Amino acid sequence: MTIDETQNQLVEEFSIFTDWTDKYGYLIDLGKEVPEMEMKFKNKQNLISGCQSQVWLYTEFKDGRIYFHTDSDAILTKGLAWLLVKVYNGHTPDEILETEPWFIEKIDLAQHLSPTRSNGLLAMVKKIKIYAMAYKAKSST
Amino acid sequence: MPSIDVQQLRLDFPLLQRKTYNRQIVYFDNAATTQKPSKVIDITSEYYQKYNSNIHRGVHYLSEKMTEAYENARSTVQKFINAQHIHEVIFTSGTTDSINLVAFSFGEKFVHEGDEVIVSHMEHHSNIVPWQMLCERKKAVLKVIPMNPAGVLDLDALESLISPKTKIVSVAHISNSLGTINPIDKIIAIAHKHNVPVMIDGAQGIQHSIVDVQKLDCDFYAFSGHKIYGPTGIGVLYGKEKWLNEMPPYRGGGDMIKNVSFEKTVYADLPFKFEAGTTNFIGAIGLSTALKYLNQIGMDKIIAYEEELKLYAHRKLIAIPNLTFYGSSDKKAGIFSFLINKIHHFDTGLMLDKMDIAVRTGTHCTEPVMSFFGIQGTVRVSLSFYNTEDEIDYLVESINKVKQLFK
Repeated sequence: MTIDETQNQLVEEFSIFTDWTDKYGYLIDLGKEVPEMEMKFKNKQNLISGCQSQVWLYTEFKDGRIYFHTDSDAILTKGLAWLLVKVYNGHTPDEILETEPWFIEKIDLAQHLSPTRSNGLLAMVKKIKIYAMAYKAKSST
Repeated sequence: MPSIDVQQLRLDFPLLQRKTYNRQIVYFDNAATTQKPSKVIDITSEYYQKYNSNIHRGVHYLSEKMTEAYENARSTVQKFINAQHIHEVIFTSGTTDSINLVAFSFGEKFVHEGDEVIVSHMEHHSNIVPWQMLCERKKAVLKVIPMNPAGVLDLDALESLISPKTKIVSVAHISNSLGTINPIDKIIAIAHKHNVPVMIDGAQGIQHSIVDVQKLDCDFYAFSGHKIYGPTGIGVLYGKEKWLNEMPPYRGGGDMIKNVSFEKTVYADLPFKFEAGTTNFIGAIGLSTALKYLNQIGMDKIIAYEEELKLYAHRKLIAIPNLTFYGSSDKKAGIFSFLINKIHHFDTGLMLDKMDIAVRTGTHCTEPVMSFFGIQGTVRVSLSFYNTEDEIDYLVESINKVKQLFK
């Protein structure tokens, strides 16, 4: 599935929620279901510090594709972070660099990516792109 | 019987009438900033429309009107805090600015290598960092009054912290993250016994207490306009004349000088020595309007109602199972810092927001307090006289809903 196909799928999944309790309830469930990151990866290097909640992002680069692992101390942030990971996971650096996470706005959660929400998610998107750039540079040398 | 007619007073605040998502907003973030009564909003607009003109030195009609209003605003502040002299009231941009002013100017004159400055463990970063910067600059030492797990300062420790090298003590009137009302009269008495001046960070104190700086005998008292129903960008530094006269200016610029030549500049007298450049003069008028509004209601009535509301909130909140509270002093303002069992403060804040309740979450700029309790942050509910028991009931209902959602 391409990044855009995954984004479309998420938009469809979220379209069934009629009120905020369903939508956030789903995010909470996601946050709970996503396995906790191993402690050894919850280090300073992988920490994206927000003022309100902390996000950890750890990557692996295999066969030209990037795999992301994420965790957060806040459940909702973890659910949102996982959505971002789901969208970009297993794609090439070029694909990741070319595609913006537009689904967030479509599912009406853009407020959580605004710079005023210091939950670390906006920084996470930037970090995903930076990893993609770095892996791209690394694989072309 | 409530001592004030809250429903009637709420009508004075346009913002309280608005909806956020589904219902009328429940605003419990008053320690961060308070809402403004129409009188403050209207006078700000009126002055921009009818009188806007730079103060002091203008010979024309508007400038004179504006200057008069600005100096009247200073007089209103003087009376509100019962300062002995009008020139002991310095307009600043807020509490942070006031503390920086003292940390710089007092520090410049009186703090030298090896000297000591004392703050407390529960200070807002604004009452830590300026002193740290001073200590770094002067190679002085920052000492900290410890607190106990209830969030109460250890005054015996203060007594033993003070040494002949102590130059100033600076503490909060009311803790912004724990709600503790500090015994500032006792702190001042202890420090003064050793001839050490005391600065009070009144950011959370001024709007919930009757502050009489002469009776308190504090050397400096700082507060912000926007936390006492006035505009943002205006604040006050009260300082005893004897200190302010001896302190060098904080910033150089227009309006703070008597005369300037390239060889030598003679500074203006108080209070202008500390008001370089164009001040927020319309902000000052907004602030004085807010103070007059409070006087009209009666600070004693406001305090009595807020005490009643705090006790009601306390009763209701502690009855919710699995809430952990931070700050349990006997003397507390209407500030409740808590965590719902295992639920991250950010998650709680976000869900309360969805239920149209505005609270603050995080460290509240008091990281040492959070470290003391070994937590990353709290959810903070801070009350004002325009909050109601119904709103508290709705908060309790909403907290229970948050618990359900994260079950």
